[in-house]
Amino acid sequence: MPEETPVATSEPYCIPTAPYRPGDEASFESWPWRPGDLNRPDPVDCDAAETVHHARGMVRVLGDDGVAAGAWDPKLSPENVITGLELMLRLRIFDDRMMKLQRTGKLSFYIRSFGEEAIAIAQTMALQPQDWVFPSYRQPGAQLVRGRDMVSMINHCIGNEMDNVKGRQMPVHYTWREGRFISISSPVGTQFNQAVGVAMASAYKGDDEVTITWLGEGTSAQGDYHYGLNFASVYKPPVILNVVNNQYAISTHRNLATGGSTFAERGISYGIPSFRVDGNDFLALFAITRWARERAAAGAGATHIEIYTYRSGAHSSSDDPSRYRPVEEHLAWPGGDPVERLAAHAIASGIWDERKHAEAVQRIDEEVVAAYKEATSYGDLANGPWPSASTMFTEVYSEVPWHIQEQREELGV
Amino acid sequence: MNIIEALKQSLDDLLSRDERVIVFGEDVGYFGGVFRVTDGLQEEHGAHRVFDTPLAEGGIVSMAIGMGLNGLRPVVEIQFADYIFPAYDQIVNEMAKFRHRSGGEFWTPVTIRSPAGGGIRGGHHHSQSPESQFTHTPGLKVVYCSTPNNAKGLLTSSIECDDPVIFFEPKRCYRGPFYGDPHDVPTWAGHPDAEVPEGTYRIPLGQARTVLEGDECTVIAWGAMVHVSQTGIEQSGVSCHLIDLQTLMPWDRDALVTSVRRTGRCVIVHEAPKTSGYGAEMSASIQERCFWHLEAPVLRVTGWDTPFPHSTEWDYLPSPARIASAIRKTQEA
Repeated sequence: MPEETPVATSEPYCIPTAPYRPGDEASFESWPWRPGDLNRPDPVDCDAAETVHHARGMVRVLGDDGVAAGAWDPKLSPENVITGLELMLRLRIFDDRMMKLQRTGKLSFYIRSFGEEAIAIAQTMALQPQDWVFPSYRQPGAQLVRGRDMVSMINHCIGNEMDNVKGRQMPVHYTWREGRFISISSPVGTQFNQAVGVAMASAYKGDDEVTITWLGEGTSAQGDYHYGLNFASVYKPPVILNVVNNQYAISTHRNLATGGSTFAERGISYGIPSFRVDGNDFLALFAITRWARERAAAGAGATHIEIYTYRSGAHSSSDDPSRYRPVEEHLAWPGGDPVERLAAHAIASGIWDERKHAEAVQRIDEEVVAAYKEATSYGDLANGPWPSASTMFTEVYSEVPWHIQEQREELGV
Repeated sequence: MNIIEALKQSLDDLLSRDERVIVFGEDVGYFGGVFRVTDGLQEEHGAHRVFDTPLAEGGIVSMAIGMGLNGLRPVVEIQFADYIFPAYDQIVNEMAKFRHRSGGEFWTPVTIRSPAGGGIRGGHHHSQSPESQFTHTPGLKVVYCSTPNNAKGLLTSSIECDDPVIFFEPKRCYRGPFYGDPHDVPTWAGHPDAEVPEGTYRIPLGQARTVLEGDECTVIAWGAMVHVSQTGIEQSGVSCHLIDLQTLMPWDRDALVTSVRRTGRCVIVHEAPKTSGYGAEMSASIQERCFWHLEAPVLRVTGWDTPFPHSTEWDYLPSPARIASAIRKTQEA
């Protein structure tokens, strides 16, 4: 008997969509959460249940007036505030210059951290130098905190002879062992439970090391996210597990990543203290990460953090967000811009002013331009010289096996 | 000694000699593993070094990768090779690629042990032999033991290797060799390869071994098929050089080529499906190197290109009769 062709009903199930689409005017509700709303539990004794309000609400320090307030105020020294601000500026300027370089064909692809600069900068500043950083592709800023030479970063992005990963990876997939910055991987989320393993090894060896890792809210749909939370909840290693909720995974809005609660709340069911933090609030990010490090280093286990932010730019140089969301949506984001907010705070604190800001921008831009001029003098993806083709055949294994050696000889390199 | 005891000896030796070695997986801790390979190791070496995990193969492997990145040598058990696939992304894209993609700055020397192959009435999901899914992945070494002797020697070399290794164990042969008759269940007692050296014992990776000398046909096998091939060779009445490949990646091409140039004939035996099975690689490489020495086409005796069955597994697995028939066929030319 021939099968009857079914006729679909019009709304058989829920297909979530984004709140605003191209042509719409984005208008987000203002946030009810204010600095000082939430207490700062004891990091060592804290039980996951104590953080329910933190997971449903939002940890903030910087008020709309630029004043730091509440129990989470990390009371950073003026030097640290200015360092953080300049590092965020450096990351933003670096990204802008690299994007221009991408348009010239000197590198194939780029990913900016635009709008999310505070995350990698503040959180890495809150760690110790020996701590392991296990990034996703929007945390390259951690390298700037630890002093990686920008020339070396650009050499990687443009795949020239000086690229420390020898032209084997796409741009922005940095590796930097000296800075304990572990190789970025394209398959999203794979680093999450690997970070748990790195932390397990630190604990096993008795080393005072904490591991931090990030993934996006879109990636939290992957099994690796849940492996990470679950293994961390069982073994309680010194690890900080971050979900960067920047609202979008390419064009996929966060409401397709979960139909449930806040992302932070999911950690509570794993028994892990969980917080939602204003991701454009440098001071709040610093404070929550300090808290998590203190907890981890004391042997009390993991912390789960949802970093609430907005991806102000495209997903990557290959993406055009005007196809799926309003072009100016980021300007309506209630969290504002992380760089502007910390600058306003510094100015309000009397340690910064417009002139210093302009001077810093100019100085950093000159440094970035000098770095990319130097890097491109060693070659770029469009024009070479590239790493030797022999690098395809090395470091596949600890020693080159016979069959790979034969293939290398066949290519004649 | 049987294969289980031999594997345990290797683990015990490594745990005793090297503090970086850490052993974990589903049921491997307190209980000692569903096949008993880790029995007693937790009691001897501590729960921090031999422990149980949640039931998540992708989680087991990803955590092991992280530990390996930070200086340890994890040895993990995937309870059946059929259950390795939740970890496939971690194995193929992560574990295998770390050294290369990081320009040599990071590497992770994980060993994944996994019982594989049929012959235990395990149906589709306790019987597969997925070696070719890993030999096709640059960055992995792939080992397939077959006897107590090489189980111990190869596992020690795998754990000490600075590269990630997938280590398959023929579960039908854990307690005795399988000669192809399902009703014949011998133990390892009296088998020459049940003799296992005390203390640290290594067999280098990448080396095949000769099981039987012969000069009329070369038979290549690994895992349980080494023993089934022995019966097939006996039934054929042909003088065969039986080679146990032992390490599939990197493999010992010289041993095979030397033998086939001498015998002029070759039969490859494996449990896994024929199409894109590892036998295809052997066959192609042998004709590249031995074409002018070949007296007959290189033949493969393998599992069928179908899901592994439950009730009819003896018709699925290469039988001594099928192997004997193939060997005889090579003599017709």
